Amino acid sequence: MSGVNFDTLRDIAASWREKLARQFDDLDALRQRLDYQTYILAAAALVSSLLLGIAHFATQGAIDSRRNEDIGVTLEQVLPGSLHDNVLVDDAETIVEPTKAGTLATPVYIARLNGAVTGVAFKFTASGGYSGPILLMIGMDKDGAVLGVRVVAHAETPGLGDKIERGKSGWILSFDRRSLDNTAPGRWKVRKDGGDFDQFAGATITPRAVVHGVESGLKFFQRHKAELLE
Amino acid sequence: MNEEFRKIIRDGLWDNNIVFSQSIGLCPLLAVTGTAVNGLGMGLATTAVMVVCSALVSRTRLLIPPEIRIPIFVVLIAMVVTLVDMLMNAWLHEMHKVLGLFIPLIVTNCAILGRVEAYASRRPVAEAAMDGLMMGLGFTLALVVLGAAREILGVGTLFSNASLLMGQSFAGLEAVVIEKYRGFLLMALPPGGFLMLGFILAGKKILDRKLQARSKAVSVSMTETVRLEG
Repeated sequence: MSGVNFDTLRDIAASWREKLARQFDDLDALRQRLDYQTYILAAAALVSSLLLGIAHFATQGAIDSRRNEDIGVTLEQVLPGSLHDNVLVDDAETIVEPTKAGTLATPVYIARLNGAVTGVAFKFTASGGYSGPILLMIGMDKDGAVLGVRVVAHAETPGLGDKIERGKSGWILSFDRRSLDNTAPGRWKVRKDGGDFDQFAGATITPRAVVHGVESGLKFFQRHKAELLE
Repeated sequence: MNEEFRKIIRDGLWDNNIVFSQSIGLCPLLAVTGTAVNGLGMGLATTAVMVVCSALVSRTRLLIPPEIRIPIFVVLIAMVVTLVDMLMNAWLHEMHKVLGLFIPLIVTNCAILGRVEAYASRRPVAEAAMDGLMMGLGFTLALVVLGAAREILGVGTLFSNASLLMGQSFAGLEAVVIEKYRGFLLMALPPGGFLMLGFILAGKKILDRKLQARSKAVSVSMTETVRLEG
């Protein structure tokens, strides 16, 4: 019974395949048919999505591990090695804060020397950039003074706003040793707005966003100091 | 090399250059040519996308009905750009950190769609791929020339950050052209790109006219010689 079924199925499949192959004999006529045009557009979209899906799965692991390496490298820049003897990427505590659009979980990497907390570092999003949010990595000692700030990701204008990157200029170092104690609330601004930090020629919005982002990051630490330092 | 390929090379690099003659692809052109290195990176990434897209479209050109070719081309180009973005992020991570900003911009380059539509959809694969390569290199040439001119006038350097893009061995390219230059912001901003592009287009017109005059003179003197000998 099943053998008969199998044979019939195979015949049907063969005839279909033949039919399909014959369709492609006369490409000029085929191209004019409306149903073919629909199918070929759908096929192009389908094949593209499939390829992108495959590429996504094939590259996701590599991209993630590259990203982790990047986090490790950035962490080393904002938390000097002399301050900790633990592996930072593995020693993270997640702080959850309510925001306007739900909650925001921020992993905080904790630096310990002989078990005692010496500093923390976390990624913080500075909003109000020229083109989208700017992702910062902020490192600070246990008293809330900045040890280092680095820009992790941004979409600012190449050649103007991208001077916030350490590779392009030293501007980002101007935050070192700043804290909410030694810089009054009114001084967390670019010079043009009457604050302490330089803006760039041609780009004020970008540094303004970063300055505000770092200040918010320090306030974030202040709010959660007790839980983080215990 | 046969006549067709020689013509493709001439067209792509000079006679029918995407920027200098066709004046298309200006959106990414003006956005990234603040420095020569940015222009080079963007140009090479665009070239890669153009070669792949032209070859793909040429290979499948008989299957694509003319009525819906544009949506199919758009899907293909967007797919290739996204693939390049993902693959570079995973396996050429250092380069992606520098170029990553520009890669999505390639989609906005109508030159790719233009070449696919005007050339690749009517030609065999080898010629189409060659056309993509040469048009891409011509585009790269335009980006580097424009970027270099704007960089020298805008900030007084040439090939700054070359080592970020191409590795430490190219650090020797980085040069300060004008010492203690105060900078000319207009040239670093997009309007400076328009201005500089105008000057370069005018320069090319003058050069072309001179070449034309000379080749006419040569052919005239040749006919005279022939007449004398006859």
